[in-house]
Amino acid sequence: MSADSLVKITDINFAYDDRAILKGITMEIPRGQLVAIMGNSGCGKTTLLRLIGGQLKPTGGSLLVDGQSVPGMSHDELYAMRRRMGMLFQFGALFTDISVFDNVAYLMREHTDLPEEMIRDMVLMKLNAVGLRGAHTLMPSELSGGMARRVALARAIALDPMLIMYDEPFAGLDPISMGVIGQLIRKLNDALGATTILVTHDVQEALQIVDYVYFVSDGLIVAQGTPDEIRASSDPFVHQFVYGEADGPVHFHYPAPPFEQDLMRSGAHG
Amino acid sequence: MVEKSVSVLIELIRGIGHHVNDGLQRLGFAARFFAMVLVYSGQSFRRLHLTIREIYFCGFQSLLIILVSGLFIGMVLGMQGYETLQRYGSSEALGVLVALSLTRELGPVVAALLFASRAGSAITAEIGLMKATEQLTAMDMMAVNPIARVVAPRFWGGVISMPLLAALFSAVGVFGGYLIGVVFIGVDEGAFWSQMQGSVDFRFDVWNGVVKSFVFGVAVSLIAVFEGYDAIPTAEGVSGSIKRTVVNSALAILALDFVLTSFMFRGL
Repeated sequence: MSADSLVKITDINFAYDDRAILKGITMEIPRGQLVAIMGNSGCGKTTLLRLIGGQLKPTGGSLLVDGQSVPGMSHDELYAMRRRMGMLFQFGALFTDISVFDNVAYLMREHTDLPEEMIRDMVLMKLNAVGLRGAHTLMPSELSGGMARRVALARAIALDPMLIMYDEPFAGLDPISMGVIGQLIRKLNDALGATTILVTHDVQEALQIVDYVYFVSDGLIVAQGTPDEIRASSDPFVHQFVYGEADGPVHFHYPAPPFEQDLMRSGAHG
Repeated sequence: MVEKSVSVLIELIRGIGHHVNDGLQRLGFAARFFAMVLVYSGQSFRRLHLTIREIYFCGFQSLLIILVSGLFIGMVLGMQGYETLQRYGSSEALGVLVALSLTRELGPVVAALLFASRAGSAITAEIGLMKATEQLTAMDMMAVNPIARVVAPRFWGGVISMPLLAALFSAVGVFGGYLIGVVFIGVDEGAFWSQMQGSVDFRFDVWNGVVKSFVFGVAVSLIAVFEGYDAIPTAEGVSGSIKRTVVNSALAILALDFVLTSFMFRGL
């Protein structure tokens, strides 16, 4: 990968109490690229995003964003860094008490002294980019899942961030909305000259738009490569994931004692 | 048998220790949270519209229940007070009884209890649901401090609203007492008002009532914002937080009322 990386993660570890979530992950996100982090549910993908955003602190390893160590930042330094980041949450996380327009204008009003007329023009431009200029007067409760995700996308890019992070942007969307969101993610990354991290488990959609893929399983990177390399991979994990096979390195069942043993236990409840 | 009893005892002690430890930890977190709210309160006053909006939601929108309750409590005080006073031939003192009961005790306490159930629960539910739907996390990721932007304005909105609501409660209550005592029962109007004017001291009675309602406002608003912010981000977690806001606020109001009354009126 390119030497000019916006995000550089080296041997990062994270644990909730005694439960290890990330066990020594090393990855680089080059500037201007769209990189996907994929893996099954609970493998640590979202935790990785929260570490990059500084919401969690790693228990070991180093994490640099634009050359600065995120875990070592003070509160003010972290907020200064976050002003240059945009994040799309799994279900949008739109502010439900204000309109679509005000949601997108929120960051501009909080972090800039721009006049209201200019904010209006910028908000309409952002909403136009996601195809929802006509919906600017609606409240979040009046939007469909796909529309809410697009508004959240407009809000995430409100201040033209250097790094955009998407947490499961395709979750719960119909195929048309999924395609629209996928194309928007690619176009916005290229148009804004931003760097994008896409956390998803939707392999087929992601492989169409990303430049590079990391596969995470059980807190470790188990495979990586360009979309073409991933499609051609013979790695059992990648194969199981890309083709959605029930049997393979990823087990369907959560670890448990043998079924017979559980059934035969007398007086066992819950 | 002995071994089993010992193990039950150990479990019991462990359980008590666990609860005490949890309680202390939560109390410490609440104290730290309160300090954070005060530290980040600047924005609530620099951007006054944020706080005014909350005064509208928790103060103005609580007016109906406060005014109606104040009126009924004043009317009941008028009836009960007249019934007792006329036994001793001092029914003209009805105005004093109604006014002192309301300004010293019932105004601040009942208004705070109503405020906790009407506005406190709403604040907890709103902040708790914002947490459950990741709105607070999103705000934090946008470099907007949720304590400064969401919590502090709601806290100050409650603190400012509470004494005003308690004052209105007392005023309407006095009117309720007047309606029953003077208009319906026929107590002398001049005696009703003049005895009230002569016996109710502004600093000792009215001001102490205002201080009480301010303290209750701080307690209820703090409990409400803390429970919302600390809510487990699930439907069940938010519902549990709302329940705790109402119960803890009621207990805090009654306990603080005892302490404040002891200092203010008994000179402890």
